[in-house]
This record gives sequence, C-alpha cells and structure tokens, in this order.
Amino acid sequence: MKRWIALLLLALAVGSGWAKEAEPLADDPAVEQRLINIADEMRCLVCQNESLASSRADLAVDLRKELREQIRLGRTDDEIREFMVSRYGDFVLYRPRVKPVTWLLWAGPFVLMIAGVVVLMMYLRRRNRVTAQAATLSQDESSRAEALLKEAEL
Amino acid sequence: MKAKFLIPLALFGVLVAFLAVGLTRDPHEIPSPFINKPAPPFKVAQLIKADDAFSPADLKGQVWMLNVWASWCVACRSEHPLLVQMSQAKIVPVIGLDYKDKRDDGVKFLAQHGDPYNLSAFDADGRVGIDYGVYGVPETFIIDKHGVIRHKQIGPITPESLEKTILPLLAELKKES
Amino acid sequence: MIPELGHFLLVLALCVAAVLGTLPLLGAHQRRREWIVLARPAAQVFFLLTAASFVALGWSFYVNDFSVLYVAEHSNSLLPTVYRLAAIWGGHEGSLLLWMFMLSCWTVAVATLSRTLDETMVARVLGVLGLVATGLLLFVLFTSNPFERLLPAAQEGRDLNPLLQDPGLVFHPPMLYMGYVGFSVAFAFAIAALLSGRLDAAWARWSRPWTLTAWIFLTCGIALGSVWAYYELGWGGWWFWDPVENASFLPWLLGTALIHSLAVTEKRGSFKSWTVLLAIGAFSLSLLGTFLVRSGVLTSVHAFASDPRRGIFILLLLVLVVGSSLALFAWRAPKVALGGQFGLISRESLLLVGNVLLVVACGSVLLGTLYPLIVDALNLGKISVGPPYFNTVFVPLMAPALFLMAAVPLARWKHADVKDMARRLWIAGALAIVGAIAIPMLMGGWTFLTGLGTLLSVWIAASMILQMIARLKSGIPPLSFWGMQLGHLGVAVFVMGVTLVGGFQEEKDVRMEPGDIVTVGGHEFKFIGITAVNGPNYKAARGEFQVIRNNVPTRTLYPEKRTYVSSEMPMTEAAIDPGVTRDVYVSLGEPLEGKAWAVRVYFKPFVDWIWGGCLLMALGGICAASDRRYRMRVKAAAAARTTALQGASS
Repeated sequence: MKRWIALLLLALAVGSGWAKEAEPLADDPAVEQRLINIADEMRCLVCQNESLASSRADLAVDLRKELREQIRLGRTDDEIREFMVSRYGDFVLYRPRVKPVTWLLWAGPFVLMIAGVVVLMMYLRRRNRVTAQAATLSQDESSRAEALLKEAEL
Repeated sequence: MKAKFLIPLALFGVLVAFLAVGLTRDPHEIPSPFINKPAPPFKVAQLIKADDAFSPADLKGQVWMLNVWASWCVACRSEHPLLVQMSQAKIVPVIGLDYKDKRDDGVKFLAQHGDPYNLSAFDADGRVGIDYGVYGVPETFIIDKHGVIRHKQIGPITPESLEKTILPLLAELKKES
Repeated sequence: MIPELGHFLLVLALCVAAVLGTLPLLGAHQRRREWIVLARPAAQVFFLLTAASFVALGWSFYVNDFSVLYVAEHSNSLLPTVYRLAAIWGGHEGSLLLWMFMLSCWTVAVATLSRTLDETMVARVLGVLGLVATGLLLFVLFTSNPFERLLPAAQEGRDLNPLLQDPGLVFHPPMLYMGYVGFSVAFAFAIAALLSGRLDAAWARWSRPWTLTAWIFLTCGIALGSVWAYYELGWGGWWFWDPVENASFLPWLLGTALIHSLAVTEKRGSFKSWTVLLAIGAFSLSLLGTFLVRSGVLTSVHAFASDPRRGIFILLLLVLVVGSSLALFAWRAPKVALGGQFGLISRESLLLVGNVLLVVACGSVLLGTLYPLIVDALNLGKISVGPPYFNTVFVPLMAPALFLMAAVPLARWKHADVKDMARRLWIAGALAIVGAIAIPMLMGGWTFLTGLGTLLSVWIAASMILQMIARLKSGIPPLSFWGMQLGHLGVAVFVMGVTLVGGFQEEKDVRMEPGDIVTVGGHEFKFIGITAVNGPNYKAARGEFQVIRNNVPTRTLYPEKRTYVSSEMPMTEAAIDPGVTRDVYVSLGEPLEGKAWAVRVYFKPFVDWIWGGCLLMALGGICAASDRRYRMRVKAAAAARTTALQGASS
C-alpha cells in the first residue's frame, strides 16, 4: 500500500510540480514594457543604426538600466526623452522632434502629395484643352474643306 | 514650356551639392549638447585615494580639463603620453574620470603609463559618464572658470587638435575673468 | 597567377566596354553600319571577359588563396564551400564585381534576345549599357580592385562575418543586384529613345518586358533581405527603414510607377516623356543607392567599409550618368508629341494619380533618408530619422494608392464610367467594411491601424477576385490580365500580413530552467535542455524546446547560441516554426546562473503573408512579362526568317 501511495505522489510531483510557468526576465514587466516602448524610438549611440531597445552594446545596456531607474522614479515619457536629449542631443531620438529645422521633414511628404495632385489636375485640364482644340480645329478645318469642295463642284 | 523639363536636372544638382558636402562630414561624430552649458554636478570617490571624493565644484575659479579614460580603452594609450606632457608643462589642472573600470586595473594602468592627472575620479558604473553624454572613450571636456563646458574633444587628443584647438582655447579661457 | 589573370580580364573588359560605349552610338548617329553592327558581338565579348574575371575571383575563394587581400579579409579555410563562394560578394570590392557581372549578363541578354528589334536601336541601347559599364569598371579598377595581393600571404583568412554565413547571403545579393542592374536596361532604352527621337508605343512594348523582369528580381531581392533579417537577427523585425534598405526600396517604388506608366505608353501612346523620366529616375536611384551604401555618408548596419575616395568617384559617376541623362531629357523631351486624349476620370488619369502617389512616397523616403545628411551639411546639428518617422509618413501616403488599386482596373480607357465602377465595386466595399471590423476583433482587438489595414487589404482582394470571376465568364483571359490580378492580390496579402503581425504579435522575454513552460499566443513552449554541439567553424549551445498546442506536442525547436572560431562575438540562431497562419519563434539569450537561460519567445500571426504577398507580386510580374504578345514577335520574326531562307534557297 505504502509503495502505491509513494508512486502516486511521485507521479503527481513529476507531472505537475516541475512544469512551472517561466518567470519574466525583467523584474517588473510593466516597467519593462514602458522601457521598450521608449527605447524603441531611441538610437543606440555606439551602434551602426540600431535601436536602444534591441542593442547589446555596453552603453545601451547601461542606458537601459538608467531609463528603468527613471521610469521607477515616476518620470513621464517626455521627461525621459528630455533626459536623453539633454545629454546626447537630438541625435538620440529616432522620431525627430518637430522644430524649425525639421518642419521640411515632417511637412514635406504631405506638401509634396498635395502639390503633386494639384499639378496633376492642372496638367490634365490643360492637356484636355490642347488635345480637344486639336480635335475641334480639325473639325473646323474639315468643314472648311467641305465648303471649299462644294465651291469647287459648282 | 521648356523650362519645366529642366526641373529634374535642377533638383538633381541640389542633391549632388548636399551629397558632396556630406562626404566631408563624419556621421558618427555626435556633437555635445553641453557646449556653453554648466558642467553637470556630481560627487564620486577618487581612484587612488578611495576615501576622498571629487566634485567639479572643487575647481570653480580655475580653467580645467576633464579627461574620460579607462584601462581597457585601447585608443586612450595613444593620447596618454600627450596628457603626461601637458601635465608636466602645468598648463591647466587635468582631472581624470576612470570610466567603467576596475579600481585595481585603473591604478595599475596609471602606475604603468604615468599619471598625468591631479587626481582621477572613479566612475565605476558609468553614471557620471551618462550625465556628461559620454558615448565612447576617450573624451575630454574643457571647463572654464565659471564651471561651464566650453569644448568637447571626441576621441583621443592628437598633436594636431592639441596645437590647433585645445591649447589656444585654454590660453583664451585663462585670460577670461 | 589566376588573380593577375582576373585583373587583366577586367582591364580587357574595360577596353571592350569602352568600344561598346562609343562606336555603336556614334555609328547610330552618323548612320555608319559597320560601327552599328559592332554592338552585339562587343556585348558578347564583354560578357565573356567579365564572367571569366568573376570566375577567377571565385576560384581564389574556392582554393583559399589568402595571398589575395580580399579573400584574406572575407574568408577562412574552415568556411563551408558554399559560403566561401558566396563570400565573393561579402565585401565591397567583390560585390562590385558582382554588379559588373550582372551588368554584363543583362547586356548580353539584350544583345541576344533583341533579334527583331531595329539594329540602330539595339546599337544605342547596348551603347548606353557599355558607357555605364565603362564608368563602373573604371571605378573598380582605380579604387576597388578585388584582385589586389596581400604579400606576404596571410596564414589564415579573417573569416566571413558570422551574420553572413547563411543561405541568405547566397541568394539575396545576387537577386537584389539583378534588379538594381536590370533597371539599367530600362534606362538604356529610355536614353536610346531620347537620342533617336523615336519615342512611341513600339518603344514601350520593347522596354516593358525588360523593365518587368528587373522589377521582379528587385521585388524578390528585397523580400529575401527582409526574410533573412527576420530569422537571422533574432528580434523578429522584418524592416527597419535603414538607409541601405531604403536604398533598395527607392528604385522599387519608382520601378512600380514605371511599369504602370509603360503599360499606358504601350497601349495608348500617352505619358511618353513621363515614362522616360521614370526610367532615368529608377536607374539613378540604383546608382544613388550604390553611392549611399559605399561612401560612408550614412550610418547603417549594412554599409560596406567606407572610403571617402570611393565616395568621390561614385559621386562623379552619378553626376556624369544622371546629369547627362537629365540634360538630354531637358533637351529632347519637349519635342515628344502628346499622346491621345483622355478624360479627367479615366484609366489613364487614375494611373497617373497612382504614379504621382508612388513618386511622392519615393520622394518622402528619400527625404527621410537624406535629411540627417542635409541638416549636417547645413551645419544645423546632427539628428536621426528612423522607423517612427517613416512609419508615420508612409502609411498615409500609400493608403490612397491602395484604395485606388482596387478601382483602376475597372476604369475604362479614355473615359471611365464612374457609376459603372461604383456598381461593380460596392460588393467589394461592403466586404471590406465587414472585414475591417470582424478580422481585428477576431484577432484580439480593434485599433484604427488594424482596421485601416484590413479594410484596404480586403477591399483590394475582394475587388480582384470579383473581377477574376466576372472575366472568367467570357473565356480564359490572357496572361497580362493574370499578371495584374496576381500583382495586386499580392499587395493585398502583403498589407494583411503587415497589419496583422504588427497589431497582434506577442513576445515574452523569460528566464527558463529545464522543465519550465512559457505560454505565448496560445502556444506553450517547454524548455527541455541545452546540449553542446560543434559546427564546421563554430561551437554552439543548442536548446531544445517542445512546442505544445492544445495539449498536443507539435514540433521541437532547436535555437542555438553560436561562438564562431574567428570571432568572440556570440551569435544567436533563432529557431522558427513557420506556418501559413503564424510563425512561432524561439531565440536564446544569455546563460544565467545555474541551468537557467534567458529566452525570448515570439508569436507572429500571419507574418509569412508579408513575403507570400511579395512572391505573388513577383509571380504577377512573371505572368505579365510572359504575355503572348511579347513572345509572338519572336515567333513572327522566326517565321519571317525561315520563309526568307526558303525563298533564298529556292
């Protein structure tokens, strides 16, 4: 009887106790998620174009540690961005701030699109007029030709 | 009618102008946002005299240089002799910042290669480096009498940068009141 | 000996290219037949010489000749043979030689497959290709000679970057370069048309299959690069808007505008100057991309080692090629006659709107890529422009184009009947709205972006499928019809993939000990353990993960953490279980204390639709390029020749 109970307990232990749900690597997943959201839009300064979130460089690891501290201290996203920009300049942000030097960058695509469509509309209208004129002129010409022919017949 | 066909060529010309200038620039060099701003305050233990601390406020009223170095930094070896020369010429106080190093390694490095620094501050975890926007070692900051950072040398000090930029700037800053 | 031979062959190739680039063009201008007929044989000799030189470099890699500097820098005797050969294009010099080889392939293809084209036109096209080849060969020989010797020879090579030791290296660069270089043919046709003054529908019919083929290769090349980054880099991303990635995307955007514009020029004789300008533009962007990647002006993980001297040379080349083409355009294009008339709302005008949107998108990506350089050049500081900018800007620009895509095939030439179009589209519209609400909700939650993406995707797909059904009622349509449908369907599939994976992917970064389970995206991953394995030139820790779905074990995944002999940098080889509806992705991080490891697990729904969509687009291109009317001319010409011969012999 004891052997059966022992075996049963062993089976239960093996079956359930070992298969435990893995813990998140981060101490605080909520903080970590915020860190990734912020660091994803920042540049790793010593890499050849990688984000601060995914880089494995030493400085990136240090900076992520620093940003985690800032998040725990309750700073807002804007404050954290300011923290980084005041130390490393605008270069560290992958999303360029909207200031006079980047107006052309942010407005450019939409200005281009509107300009493109407007120019296209103007071009199409003019083109239609030109080709339509060519058609009516020939109509004109053909009626003149008809009239001349009629004259010649008479 | 004909002018509009020249627009692509004109735009291309503008593009080429920018690309040509771009060839003369280094996209890896990040200028410091601290130029003409006060040097961030900090207080850390010194490298050699571990019981004493250092803070930039200690040097208010003097022109001085903060040189970020490390025993593991290969490029630092090329500028180290120049720093030793500078310190022997007693131009300005040079304070070292031993960045992300092991204390023993740092002390050994200075014993081996000479110690050009009045003292070295020990930045074990790199926090001071982050506060100063350090992204690579070596870097050197020139700080004026009012505690304002006036210049940052990115990378090792070369004889050329010493002659053309650093020494003239130091001379000028020393004349300031 | 072989490297010197390879070098010498390149010098010979330069001479032949110079001949190809001058005499036939002069001959076409002065109507000297003896110079015109030089074009084809010169092209063939050029191909043979370049191919032989390429083989010579390949041989040096194959036999581990470390007395050649380039081989010593990019290879290693432990490197498996397939990567030893792929390493030919693992660095700047060799990849340029690949460029040259591809150019010679395209040149000889044009020389061989254009028997029915007027020989003066052929002379001009081959001549332009010869000029481009001459410029590039000068660049190679003066600044980037792959055959330079290293004396004394190295004992062992530095090895190929471990990230590149992957099947991706075997396929991605050659495909990509076939595309980049292929646009030189469209460019050559455009210049030939401007030089001869003959710009008509026949010219477009000739140009179109070549342009389509280049576009197909570029589409595949970019997709391969994306897949490779996805499974190689270990963080599950597939596009980073990196300057080098953008450098390949820019010619693709203009190339797409070009193939649509060519369709109109071929069928209706309109848009001639615009098509020529696009052809010049697409190839110019290929050259610009080459400049950006190799000159060091932009920072990128993909960039080759930079050298300002090379940058100056390529810039000079760019100025000469593009500058002279645009000057020629400004001079000759105004003389081109207008095509037929078409209404304000017609297939022509709607295609033009699509073209404008593609060009604006291309301009925006170019602006974002170059902006840091512009700001720096104006001494206004250093900024970065990264994925957040491009994603914010690109989506609103492309959305109208995607919306149009479903409608344009229903628009008639010359004058579109809007009421008729609306009548035929309302079902697709209704399905799109239903899909836009239902699909995100089924996947887990509705957001504006997921709604927009699914709306556009279903809109396009439904419209295409309904068109196919309607058209099949009156017989089997020609290949060109299938080309259009597949191509656009591919875009719909692509958009769905991007939307769903972007909106609903899940990842977990966990600490696992053997026996632990992590649940992501409805799948359970059980960590069995780690074994040490040895590869040909690396040592690895191989993890074993059991994937369990609905309590049923499905697959076992074996991610690895490799340390290559030649570098201490540990590399992660992710293990992926791909599927039509989802990928699951396991990546080993660092070993922790005891037997624990840091593990990253991803659930990527519908991610393979991204590349499946690209494949469909490429298939569409193949259908369109294979359409009967391109092959009929060859058959007709062959028939004409046989009858002529019969006539001569009787």
